[in-house]
Amino acid sequence: MKARVHITLKNGVLDPQGKAIQHALSALDFGGVEDVRQGKYIELDLTETDAQKARASVEEMCKKLLANTVIENYAIDIE
Amino acid sequence: MKSAVVVFPASNCDRDMIVALEKITGQKPHIIWHQDTEIPDVDLIALPGGFSFGDYLRCGAMAASAPALKEVIRHADRGGNLIGVCNGFQVLTETGLLPGALMRNKSLKFICQDVTLKVENADTKFTNAYTQDQLIRIPVAHHDGNYFADDEKLKELEDEGRVVFRYVDKNGNATEDANINGSQNNIAGIINRRKNILGMMPHPERLIEAPQGGTDGRAFFESIINALN
Repeated sequence: MKARVHITLKNGVLDPQGKAIQHALSALDFGGVEDVRQGKYIELDLTETDAQKARASVEEMCKKLLANTVIENYAIDIE
Repeated sequence: MKSAVVVFPASNCDRDMIVALEKITGQKPHIIWHQDTEIPDVDLIALPGGFSFGDYLRCGAMAASAPALKEVIRHADRGGNLIGVCNGFQVLTETGLLPGALMRNKSLKFICQDVTLKVENADTKFTNAYTQDQLIRIPVAHHDGNYFADDEKLKELEDEGRVVFRYVDKNGNATEDANINGSQNNIAGIINRRKNILGMMPHPERLIEAPQGGTDGRAFFESIINALN
């Protein structure tokens, strides 16, 4: 199975890189971008065939390594 | 004082730490490779600065799951002294031994300069050779030193006197301009509740003798020796 993990900064955590991207977009004359938040995208190929078990396993991976839950949220898609 | 320094792939301040510890304690520190599963019984373990594992994923994230860290955590759980400087501080937050996280500098720039720090708590094993509120000059060199913790944790750190070093201006004021990396409350270094684990972004090991341009870092190591006596 494939797991796709999106890692994003929690609300309230400043994102200076997002701000820099926003400024760069504005410098390139892309108007109307009110805010930019950047994050990470990780794809995992798993041998597990049971979607529920795969999700539980990736959830643990996120908590232990893939995300820092002090500052980041994660969302998991399994297919 | 017996000490040890943990070395990860792409640590680059390990030698500075080793030299500082040897000069100040008079004993060569043990060197722990990140894959070691047995570590010597020492009074102090230091996690040095650098870019362990190329800062992949997040600074310190890979190092925090290295085999040697299990033993380092055991050492700290037994009450052993543990310090993390720069990347070492990032590793300590990634393991959860210290609260919060170190994020990209607010300016997005790598900052390499001397900073003025205020010793906010001189009543710790790591700061007793300084005086309370003393202003010291220590170098920083980092890209990800922007300390973040949620409001509750921040209040806890402040209320319990666990903010040990703060970035200040020449007059000792924690101004926004002095806050080089955007850290919450100008935090440069913190200690755990049990007071045996300290993490800081600035590098005291880089200023221990006059040819290095100053000696303000020396008292940091002398404090630990004092505490052991």
